[in-house]
Amino acid sequence: MADKTTIIVHSGDLDKIYSALIVANGSLAMGMEVSLYFTFWGLLRLKKGGLDKGPLSKMNFLGLGRMMIKSRMRKSNVASLDRLMSDFKELGGKIIACEMTMEIMGVKRSDLREDLIDDYGAVGTYIQEARDSSITLLI
Amino acid sequence: MAEIKVDVRGETCPVPLVEMRKAVKKAATGDTIEILGTNAASKKEIPMAAAALELKVLSIEGNDDNWTIKILK
Repeated sequence: MADKTTIIVHSGDLDKIYSALIVANGSLAMGMEVSLYFTFWGLLRLKKGGLDKGPLSKMNFLGLGRMMIKSRMRKSNVASLDRLMSDFKELGGKIIACEMTMEIMGVKRSDLREDLIDDYGAVGTYIQEARDSSITLLI
Repeated sequence: MAEIKVDVRGETCPVPLVEMRKAVKKAATGDTIEILGTNAASKKEIPMAAAALELKVLSIEGNDDNWTIKILK
């Protein structure tokens, strides 16, 4: 088993994108390699300006709960998703975008943050990443 | 042998770990990295990360909510 973390980022919910990027950055900080495979609702977070646009997975209350959580996060000095993403890339994290999701949702490469994406692929690409990962998660 | 200072006081998970890793990446062999922090979990986890990165922890000082850790690259 290689010292590698592979995460399927399936959800586009704000709190779950946080979970994925925190685990990813923690893995990089502790010397592991990381691949994030963005698919379904997660893929939409790779759209330009979309990273922190997701709702909360619970208690969203039409955006009110989301606002409250965001304000509490600011008070606790939690890093923004933009900062977590730029740290992720700086430490050598890899991002793969799911081509099937792009087709289903009518998303073009030019709609996405192409500067962040290392590869476009399908299930085979994910399996190649995951088969030698000691940590694999679906978030 | 440079001494690199990383001030993550007031920062919470995962920033102290990430900033430590960024500093280690930029440092040369023989450099010392001094990390100042106030996050209790990071005081435990930075030495764990240093061990995983095969770096030597030179010292851990202070209490859980105000600490200084020195690492040798």
